[in-house]
Amino acid sequence: MNIFVCVKQVPDTETKVVPTGDGSYIETNSIKWILNPYDEFAVEQALQVKAANSGSTITVVRVGGVKDTEALRTAMAMGADEAILIEAGDNVDSYMTAKAIKGAIEKSGKNPDLILTGKQAIDDDCLQVPQLLAQMLGMPSVSVVVGFEQDGDGYVLKREIEGGTIEVYSANSPAVVACNKGLNTPRYPSLPGIIKAKRKPMEKWTLSDVGVADSDRRVNYSNFQLPPEKPPGKKFEAMDEGVQASVVSEVVNLLRTEAKVI
Amino acid sequence: MSKILVFSELAGEHVKTVTMEILGKMDGLHADVAVVGDLPQAALDDLAKYGAQNIHCLKGDNLEKYSPEGYAAALKTLIDEHGYDYVFAGSTSMGKDLLPRVAGMCDAGMATEVTNFTMDGGTFAGTRPFFAGKCLAKVEVQGPKPHFVTVRPNALGLNDSTTAGAGTKSEVAVSTGDLKAIIKEIVKGASNKLDLTEANIIVSGGRALKSAENFKILDEMANVLGATVGASRAAVDSGYATHDMQVGQTGKTVAPTLYIACGISGAIQHLAGMRTSKVIVAINTDPDAPIFTKADYGIVGDLFQIVPLLTEEFKKVL
Repeated sequence: MNIFVCVKQVPDTETKVVPTGDGSYIETNSIKWILNPYDEFAVEQALQVKAANSGSTITVVRVGGVKDTEALRTAMAMGADEAILIEAGDNVDSYMTAKAIKGAIEKSGKNPDLILTGKQAIDDDCLQVPQLLAQMLGMPSVSVVVGFEQDGDGYVLKREIEGGTIEVYSANSPAVVACNKGLNTPRYPSLPGIIKAKRKPMEKWTLSDVGVADSDRRVNYSNFQLPPEKPPGKKFEAMDEGVQASVVSEVVNLLRTEAKVI
Repeated sequence: MSKILVFSELAGEHVKTVTMEILGKMDGLHADVAVVGDLPQAALDDLAKYGAQNIHCLKGDNLEKYSPEGYAAALKTLIDEHGYDYVFAGSTSMGKDLLPRVAGMCDAGMATEVTNFTMDGGTFAGTRPFFAGKCLAKVEVQGPKPHFVTVRPNALGLNDSTTAGAGTKSEVAVSTGDLKAIIKEIVKGASNKLDLTEANIIVSGGRALKSAENFKILDEMANVLGATVGASRAAVDSGYATHDMQVGQTGKTVAPTLYIACGISGAIQHLAGMRTSKVIVAINTDPDAPIFTKADYGIVGDLFQIVPLLTEEFKKVL
């Protein structure tokens, strides 16, 4: 099987975000980049599918800035076979990203049997690329997937919706599957894996190599700024059992009369 | 003048509230609504009250259950027929899954999960969070129309002064073609509560709960308040709560009216996911816990003592 995994490189979740002076994006100089956490579930699923289907190849594709190749190296250290990096700015939109991935898959000459992604990237939280890519490639897509089984030529996929309800899909192959936490437990890259990853092939293409032009931009982001700070709230000391009842009573009263939320 | 279509979902006899939140921002513009299947009278009345002109009920084969391909094909038919400039939907499980597919069919752009927007001169400009709310940015859409937008539930609030619309209902027959992915079964979640992303009140627990069993005291308080129970990543990773309960940058971003954080210290990625809650109550034994910097009302105390007292107090007043 030809398995593609689409990954994004994002700032670590503990990053303190600082908008640039002109508001065009955030300061990226001192950021620690990581493989998008949801993409780890996609890489792990690809490895499990490969283990069950001998002769499979896993190709990881990433569109984005090139300050660091951490995301692709992590995916290959986990066990992916090869990588494609499409060099672009930090702020490409979902449409350009999906179109670039489509172009990269076509340029690779491999017919995909399965395309795995994370359910969303934790930087822009757009949740668009899996569905856009599926539409562009004429494939079905199932998102927020927490259960994955191969079933003959197709897949049985569990998608989580509101309230923990599960929709069980039967999907034809090839398909785009966007993975959520809970699908599997991603393995840690082993030391030999990390060393081997350095020698695995990584193609580097530009956006124009994969047929994406400036005119493909659909969404503009600007005026990045920190959210307004809340004024300091009221704090009550209630470690002492003697005051707890009156503190609780006061807070409930404030919720009714001051905040008016209950 | 811009023509707007709002895609809506049913929740029982009514449509999801986010539809009315969106309609409430369209005052003076022509706004229609699309639903799949039939619409009860109560829902129709709600939509008309908030300004919906035409209400299209989409019907056809393959639409009994949701599928991205089927619903997208149905919406595309309607869009082509009426030449809409904008298509809005709530940023729900379905909205988030469906709209990018329709946008792809139209080669058009989409703004995901805006928390506010304007339609000055009939042109959309929105605000949306990045990094789960650590910062905000302005979002504008360009290129082929229609432009697509999903809106976070509870973020806009209901506008009471909206002009009513005609609310004319019509059935639209659509053809979806063959589907490559279909739902063969739906397994209901254990909870009959509103999802965290739609909940008006959330009671959330952290690692200090110490066990899954102890979440019961949060359930009790949540039942009194009609709240949904959430959890921090630490609690989920420790196995005290399931992942669909996780609030934060790698879980759900929430915007309830009231968020009660119990035994949550307030890691940066958790704060990002809940900071837009209107009112935040925090209970923690550590007076320096970062959660207190975001709390409107902080109680420095042991949640195992405070939560049962709160539950009793809520019972008294509600």
